[in-house]
Amino acid sequence: MNNTILYVEGVTVDFDGFKALHNLNFMMAEGELRVVIGPNGAGKTTLLDVICGKVRPTSGRVVFKEYTDLTPLREEAIANLGIGRKFQTPTVYTSLSVFENLDLSLKREKGVWQAIFKRMNPNQKEKIETTLETIGLIDKRDMIAGSLSHGEKQWLEIGMVMVQEPAILLVDEPVAGMTDRETEKTGRLLQTVAKERSVLVIEHDMAFVRQIAKKVTVLHEGTVLFEGTIDEVQNHPEVVEVYLGREKKTHA
Amino acid sequence: MKKQSTTLKNGASTRGGTLQWTLIISFFWIALLLLNLLPPQGSFLHVSNFTLNTFGKYMAYAILALGIDLLWGYTGILSLGQGVFFGLGAYCMGMHLMLSIAGEGVYQSDLPDFMVWNQVKTLPFFWKPFSNFWVSMAAVMLVPAFFALIFGYLTFRSRIKGVYFAIITQALAMTVWLLFNQNSFNLGGTNGLTDFKSILGYSLMEQGTQKTLFGITGLCLVAAFLLCRWLTLSRFGKVLIAIRDNEGRIRFSGYDPARYKLFVFVVAAALAGLAGALYVPQVGIITPGQIGVLPSIGMIIWVAVGGRGTLVGALLGAIGVNWAYSVLTSNYPDLWLYFLGLMFIGVVLFFPGGMWEIGGKISNLRHGRAKKQKIAASEAG
Repeated sequence: MNNTILYVEGVTVDFDGFKALHNLNFMMAEGELRVVIGPNGAGKTTLLDVICGKVRPTSGRVVFKEYTDLTPLREEAIANLGIGRKFQTPTVYTSLSVFENLDLSLKREKGVWQAIFKRMNPNQKEKIETTLETIGLIDKRDMIAGSLSHGEKQWLEIGMVMVQEPAILLVDEPVAGMTDRETEKTGRLLQTVAKERSVLVIEHDMAFVRQIAKKVTVLHEGTVLFEGTIDEVQNHPEVVEVYLGREKKTHA
Repeated sequence: MKKQSTTLKNGASTRGGTLQWTLIISFFWIALLLLNLLPPQGSFLHVSNFTLNTFGKYMAYAILALGIDLLWGYTGILSLGQGVFFGLGAYCMGMHLMLSIAGEGVYQSDLPDFMVWNQVKTLPFFWKPFSNFWVSMAAVMLVPAFFALIFGYLTFRSRIKGVYFAIITQALAMTVWLLFNQNSFNLGGTNGLTDFKSILGYSLMEQGTQKTLFGITGLCLVAAFLLCRWLTLSRFGKVLIAIRDNEGRIRFSGYDPARYKLFVFVVAAALAGLAGALYVPQVGIITPGQIGVLPSIGMIIWVAVGGRGTLVGALLGAIGVNWAYSVLTSNYPDLWLYFLGLMFIGVVLFFPGGMWEIGGKISNLRHGRAKKQKIAASEAG
C-alpha cells in the first residue's frame, strides 16, 4: 500500500508524574484521513503537540516520511518540513486582514531577508485567491481577521494551513462550537483538503466523525485502545465502555 | 479605498500615505528653518535660534521613537532600555567631539579635561578610534546595533518575552547607568561629556553650524521614517504584527520569531544611537542621567501618548510631549510630573491608541457627518 507518512514510536509524555501519553504507537499512511477520538484527558491534543514540536516527549520518537526524526527539531523547522497544525480554538492573526493571514502562511522561504525583499509573485497571488474561494471568504478578503465570526475564523485557519501545502495536516476539534450548517461545510472543506494530503483530525462530534472518517483511532489514558472503521468502533465493547457509553449516559 | 479604511482597523497605518506623511514631516522642519532664516528678528513669524535648537533636539528624539514603535507598537516588545542605545550613540559622538577639542581645553592637554583632572596619563585604548570623524559616525549606529545584537540574541533565543523582557531591559538600563557614572570607566563619570568646541572644524557656538545640524537632523528623521515605513509595509512588517498578535502561532506558520525580533531590536537600537549622536552636538552635553532608567521610561511614554503601531503617532508623540514639557516647565515648573502622569494615565485609560486615535476619531466624525449629509441630500433629491 502507500508509504508511511507518520510513525509515532513508543512516545511517553510525562507532565510532572501525569502521563499524558503512555508508550503510544501510532502510524499513518500517505494520503490517509484519520480521525482520533477518545474521552477527555486521553491525550489527543498532546499527541498533536508532540508531532508538531510544541511538546517534547519524555521518551520515544516521531518519524516523518520514514526517515526524518522530528523529536529534536524546533516548531518552525517541523512546520517547514510539511506539517501543518490547526489549533482547537481558532488562532489567526487578529489585526491582519484575511488576505494577509493567508499571505503570511503561504509556503515559501520564511527568513527575514525574504520577508523584506521578496514580493508576491502572480502564482502565489492566484493560490491565495483560489484558497479564499475554497474556504468561502473571498468577499471578506480585506476584513480584519479579528472581526470574523467563530466559524469564519476556523475556516480561515484551515485556509492558512492549506496554503502552507503541508504533507500532513493536524486538525484539533474543527467543529467545536459550530452550528450544524457550519459543521457540514467544515466537513466538506476537510474532505477537499484530504484529497491532496494526509489529514489527522481530532473530534468529539460522532455525527461529524461519521461524515468524514474512514478509519478511526480510539485513544484512552495515553495509549491506543482500538483502531478500525467507524462501525467497528461503535460496536466495540471496550470503546463503548470507556467512551461512547459515557457519552450516552451524559446525554441521557 | 474608503471602504477598506472602515473595515481595516489599522488601515491608516498600513496603507497609503507614505508620500503624504513624508511631505508633511519635511514641510514641518523646512518651514521652521525658513521661519528662522527669512523673517527679520522681532517679527511675529520669526522662529528664534533657541526654538530651532530645541526642535532639533525633539526631532532627534523622534528618530528614537520610530525605533520604539517598530519594537513595541508593531512587534509588541516592550523595551525599557532604549536609553542605553541612545546613550551609546551619544557617547560615541561625544567622545569624538571631546577629542576634537585637543589642546583648547582648560588644561591645554591633548587629553579631555576630565581625564587630566582624574590623572589619566594616556588616552584609554577604546577612545583612540574616535579621533577619526568617519569612524565615529559609523560607530554611533554600529556600536548600539552590535550591543543590541548580543543582548537580543541571548534573550530572544531563550524565549524571554513580555514583562520579563521589560524587566531585563530595565536592569540593563540600570547597569549601564551605574557603569557610566563611574570615573574609572573613563567616560566622564556623573558629569558626562561636555564643553564641546567644534565638529569637523566648524565651531558649535556658530549659529550656522547649529542650523546645519538642525537640517541634518530633519533629513535623518525623514530617512528614518521612510526606512520604518518601508519595513512595516513589506511582508516583514506583517510578520512583526503577527508576532505581536500571536507569537506562539507564528512558529507553526514556519517563521522563527527570534530572528525577526532580533532584527527589529537591532534596527531600533541603531536608530536610537543615531538619535543620540544628533542630540549631543545640539544640546552640548551628555551625562548618565540622560540615558538611565527614568529617561528610558519617558521614551516609552512619548510613544504611548502619540499612538502605537502607526509610526507617525510615535513621531508626533516624541515631539509633542517634549514640547509640552518645555512649555510647562518654563511656566509651571512644579506641575510637569503631575501633568505627565495624568496624560499617561488618561491615554492608557481612554485612548489606548494615543493622540493618533483621537485624530482618527475626529476625522471619522467629520467623514460620518459628510456621509450623512450626502445621504440626506440624495434622499431629498
